[in-house]
Amino acid sequence: MNNNKVIHVEGLTKMFGDFAAVDAITFDVKKGEIFGFLGANGAGKTTAMKMLIGISSPTSGKASVAGFDVITQAEDIKKNIGYMSQKFALYDDLTVKENITFFGGIYGLSRKHIKEKSAVLIEELGLENVANKLVGSLPLGWKQKLSFSVSLLHDPKIVFLDEPTGGVDPITRRQFWEMIYKAANQGTTVFVTTHYMDEAEYCDRVSIMVNGKIEALDTPKRLKEQFKAADMNDVFLKLARG
Amino acid sequence: MKRFIGFIKKEFYHIFRDRRSLFILFGMPVAQILLFGFAITNEINNVDIAILDHSKDATTKEIINKIAASKYFSINQFIEKESDIEVVFKKGKVKAVLNFEKDFSKNLIKENHANIQVITDATDPNTANTISNYVNAILQNYLKEQNKSLTAAYQIVPKTRMVYNPELKSVYMFVPGVMTIILMLVSAMMTSISITREKELGTMEILLVSPLKPIQVIIGKVFPYIFLSIINAIVIIVLSIFIFKMPVQGSLFLLGMESVLFIITALALGILISTISATQQTAMMISLMGLMLPVILLSGFIFPITSMPLPLQVISHIIPAKWFIIIIKAIMLKGVGLQYIWKETLILLGMAVFFIALSVKKYKIRLE
Repeated sequence: MNNNKVIHVEGLTKMFGDFAAVDAITFDVKKGEIFGFLGANGAGKTTAMKMLIGISSPTSGKASVAGFDVITQAEDIKKNIGYMSQKFALYDDLTVKENITFFGGIYGLSRKHIKEKSAVLIEELGLENVANKLVGSLPLGWKQKLSFSVSLLHDPKIVFLDEPTGGVDPITRRQFWEMIYKAANQGTTVFVTTHYMDEAEYCDRVSIMVNGKIEALDTPKRLKEQFKAADMNDVFLKLARG
Repeated sequence: MKRFIGFIKKEFYHIFRDRRSLFILFGMPVAQILLFGFAITNEINNVDIAILDHSKDATTKEIINKIAASKYFSINQFIEKESDIEVVFKKGKVKAVLNFEKDFSKNLIKENHANIQVITDATDPNTANTISNYVNAILQNYLKEQNKSLTAAYQIVPKTRMVYNPELKSVYMFVPGVMTIILMLVSAMMTSISITREKELGTMEILLVSPLKPIQVIIGKVFPYIFLSIINAIVIIVLSIFIFKMPVQGSLFLLGMESVLFIITALALGILISTISATQQTAMMISLMGLMLPVILLSGFIFPITSMPLPLQVISHIIPAKWFIIIIKAIMLKGVGLQYIWKETLILLGMAVFFIALSVKKYKIRLE
């Protein structure tokens, strides 16, 4: 196992009956990288990600995350990763502080640690005035940023983001990506799925999934050259149309 | 352990910040027990009756006075002709008419035989039955008083004694039933809703990706409801003791333990429901249709199981509530100990183990 590879996937497959939702994908993700996982809706991105975070077991193939095998060591993986799902997933009926305390708690952080972390986090996000308000009353953009910060609370080695910027305005998206860069600079590997092609340009490397297979994988720059495309949107269209 | 406490704290926030669930948790038990205790009853009190007296002699007057003096009946009106009977019934207030034949006294003395027709409004068959029984009882009583001086050659005198509930208070029958319903509702419905809610919101996924084990998530979700159900059971018992003077003959400890056993069975059912339903609404519908209806109809709470058709009697055996009602009735009213109800307890225990095993298995399958 190369220490530089935090995710290693080889021939990973998930069958639903006769249908291969994920069809023998193979790739590596390096430490500290922002890895874009692209694909149209239904291409198999979320299914692939669920196998990597240990809540869905592969039909065949192997994969390791943070050095642990997804099939036999799922519990160890869970301690080392953060996850933010497509659906906004904090508790609306808990306050900002209570949410932070709760999620810190289930990752086993000490009370003191949580207190320090939440103070920093609330200040960084500028949530001082609403720290004791119910999360349900916050605008979506704030919730998304809070949700991302919460997924980083336990300093995971890798953070998985499943379409994190769905439905938020361009300014918030921009701020969101700044947060992603900051996390990457601090050494966290970021694995992000998206279908906003402009966001793909922000990634260090991107893979593009079509019908369960990875059809392209490289830096955005080289992909554009390879497909003689002006931007990532073009690359994607050329691939998706075959 | 610290994780677990944090989890439970969060559950309590959910419960106490949601007015709807607070109402179901604490309003419902009190409302139901008061409703069943006061409003819904099998006893009759001050039923309006009408009298059609064709003879108007000393005997009929005596009988009428006796009936009027009882707390069961109040005489609404005297009518004069047969055709009025239908009229008073149609008005709806009068539930029974007593029709004394002509020359009542004379017939009684001369022929040792006189007739009263008791006509009851059987749109409500139970009440009609009760009314005619009560009227009969009053007449028998009257006859016995009159015949004291005479001694018949042979006489069979049934002396009935109603044990365990000598006053035949219907609240004694409702309290165990209501307690069962409430515990089922709180335990099964509320937990299934609270688990499916996390699924619907997407937070369940986050919890499963966290280092918490699925079993910890489940226990964390159900623990607050165990606690609240126990409080509910206590509230119901206290209300029935102090407001309805319901006796608890047996051991309170045993009653408590049996209640906890039933609560756990119901919780396992709730978890099971949550594994098969994707939304809160589905969970609620399944809980109401699949659990509440059988509890109300087939557990022997309202309708006696022995008078059901055989297939329904068989079905009633697989309803945990049936066994729990038998158990708590035995403890509260008969004051028996475990040696008399160990069979029922064992059945309930078996069901609890079965449902827990099944729901754990189901839950795992869902996670693939």
